[in-house]
Amino acid sequence: MADKLEFRRAIRDALDEELARDERVVFFGEDVAKPGGVFAATPGLYDAHGEARVFDTPISELAITGAAFGAAVCGLRPVIEIMFADFLPLAMDGMVNQAAKYWYLSNEQAPAPIVVRSAYGAGGRFGAIHSQSPVAWFQNVPGLKIVAPSTPADAKALLKAAIRDDNPVLFLEHKRLYSLKGDAPTEEVTTIGEAKVVRAGGDLTIAAVATSVHHALAAAETLAAKGLEAEVVDLRSLRPLDVPAVVASVTKTNRLLVVEEGPLTGGWAGELVAQVSEHALGELDDVWRLATDDLPTPYSPPLEDDFLPGTEAIVASVRERLGVAAGA
Amino acid sequence: MAATRKDGAAVTELSGPAQHGVELYRRMLVVRRFEEAVQSLFQKGEVHGTTHLYVGEEAGAVGVADVLRPHDRVAGTYRGHGHALALGVDPQALLDEMLGRETGVCGGRAGSMNVIDLGNRLIGCFGIIGGSISAATGAALALRQQGDGVAVAFFGEGTTNHGYFHECLNFAAVLRLPVLFVCENNRYGEFTPFEDVTAGEIAARPQTLGIPTETVDGMDVWAVREAAEAAVERARAGEGPQFIQSMTYRFVGHSRSDPGRYRKPGELEEWKQRDPLKVAREKLAAAFGVDGAVVDGVDAEVEAQFEAIVERSLAAPYPDPVRDAAREFAPTTS
Ligand SMILES: Cc1ncc(C[n+]2csc(CCOP(=O)(O)OP(=O)(O)O)c2C)c(N)n1
Repeated sequence: MADKLEFRRAIRDALDEELARDERVVFFGEDVAKPGGVFAATPGLYDAHGEARVFDTPISELAITGAAFGAAVCGLRPVIEIMFADFLPLAMDGMVNQAAKYWYLSNEQAPAPIVVRSAYGAGGRFGAIHSQSPVAWFQNVPGLKIVAPSTPADAKALLKAAIRDDNPVLFLEHKRLYSLKGDAPTEEVTTIGEAKVVRAGGDLTIAAVATSVHHALAAAETLAAKGLEAEVVDLRSLRPLDVPAVVASVTKTNRLLVVEEGPLTGGWAGELVAQVSEHALGELDDVWRLATDDLPTPYSPPLEDDFLPGTEAIVASVRERLGVAAGA
Repeated sequence: MAATRKDGAAVTELSGPAQHGVELYRRMLVVRRFEEAVQSLFQKGEVHGTTHLYVGEEAGAVGVADVLRPHDRVAGTYRGHGHALALGVDPQALLDEMLGRETGVCGGRAGSMNVIDLGNRLIGCFGIIGGSISAATGAALALRQQGDGVAVAFFGEGTTNHGYFHECLNFAAVLRLPVLFVCENNRYGEFTPFEDVTAGEIAARPQTLGIPTETVDGMDVWAVREAAEAAVERARAGEGPQFIQSMTYRFVGHSRSDPGRYRKPGELEEWKQRDPLKVAREKLAAAFGVDGAVVDGVDAEVEAQFEAIVERSLAAPYPDPVRDAAREFAPTTS
């Protein structure tokens, strides 16, 4: 398979194509232009599109995000990079108080189309303040979309959709996915807000995003060997949340496990469980969440591995909950 | 309609700087009467929550707005009624917004602190300290790319201690953005004198970043206008961000519940001697030879205008929660 697309290349290509397609698109952030990004996700864009449209900024998250908002309501379609999602609290005002509310507060005079790209997630030994998942911080904000792709194809087609979207979008790139290779997308853009069934099964639905989708798929293979067929739903977007897709799946499986890489309390898994329960309580024989302990992400490899809801943890959780036979 | 003097002469018979001067006076008076109407309607329970009035500071917004062109953009603050009116936002639609009516400039969704009127170049009024600074910085980025226009940020002196101020001034300077930062120094951030919480000189801050900075008498609309004209011209010519510190004073409380105990004895009275309306009246007579009766005519006209506006606002319909079909997301078109 010669022509596999790397996740970071998918990001770069989506930006490159949208910069070429629409002159209103601009891209800026810390170390993104001449250096090409600390995760090497944006090389060559500065050379291809020039410094008026692709530029490096000061280390000023308030200014980067607030300026993106101001530019968006004056006709540009800015894409910014907040290097690590852990820095998003500094960008939060521009996103939450300005961009996300603009469409409503202005009485629909204009939307604020910004895309905030940010690398997130644990597993890379980056420690507590370079490993977080910010979904729960933002999922409670009306007017803001949140996307987290799991494959290079989705990364490309969803980023293109995010840039074309008239609403502010938080586009989350799990750092453990940057080197993942996969097929190129079959469609130019993928609609934001549509989940995808990535493995069919009749016994249990596992809903997840980003790296957790891969863990869920691997866990499903192990469980299949024990006679339990899990259906894996890649949510792809956390707001809007594709509740109907999950309801359709549990209508078949009657059981739902939501896997979240983030603290259990107040996490997005709780929101999904609540919504599915409200809509399809009668279909549910069992529903539960697998998330992290309510603690910061530890640094030491054995501690971090144990902390995260990876493949083994998913398998163990299902076995314990559903009493699937232990051992081979 | 021309303002008619008792002896029949009218404003429309004036020309050149005199006519323009009377026009500036009228705009400041519209802001003053508007704020008085808001205050009185607040006390009657018709304006809700909180409001931050611009009384005493009118020359700032009016002086700056007068030099702006159609493609320019402005970001105001929660003390933004003056910023909005100076740009041409309809006083009726603005007052309707204060009263939460469907006919408000934002359909009653925004209220006093969050007014947006893109058609009148107002990208927003910002309830977060410094939000106006970043919004204008971004607007300048868009305007530069579009090849035309200057963005203006209004903010108070208290905001010069905020991260937004420091980050955005540097950001704008590095990118040489066409933005004018207007610091309206009314001496107090809420109830705290700025000198108690501010190190060094405010004007030194932009200067150290290489941003041309001028401090002006914010009670004199012509002084503000002149500084703004020069600054906007430099920004338009590609010389990067500009900074004006406008020295002013608010004659009323910070917001609705402010007895003003922090003021120094005699300070308010002293500043009221320099009321921008009084200063303008004197200057219209002394420098432009405008008869006091012409100005009286403007007073009477604006008075009558506001009586009608208030009456219409009170009669305007509230938005209907059942009919209100708010959509969370804008339908994407591109
Ligand atoms: C981020 C933030 N912090 C605090 C406040 C509360 N607040 C509203 S107005 C104000 C004082 C601002 O003073 P200044 O910048 O001098 O402007 P002025 O109100 O005098 O026009 C404060 C602290 C706020 N709105 N936003």
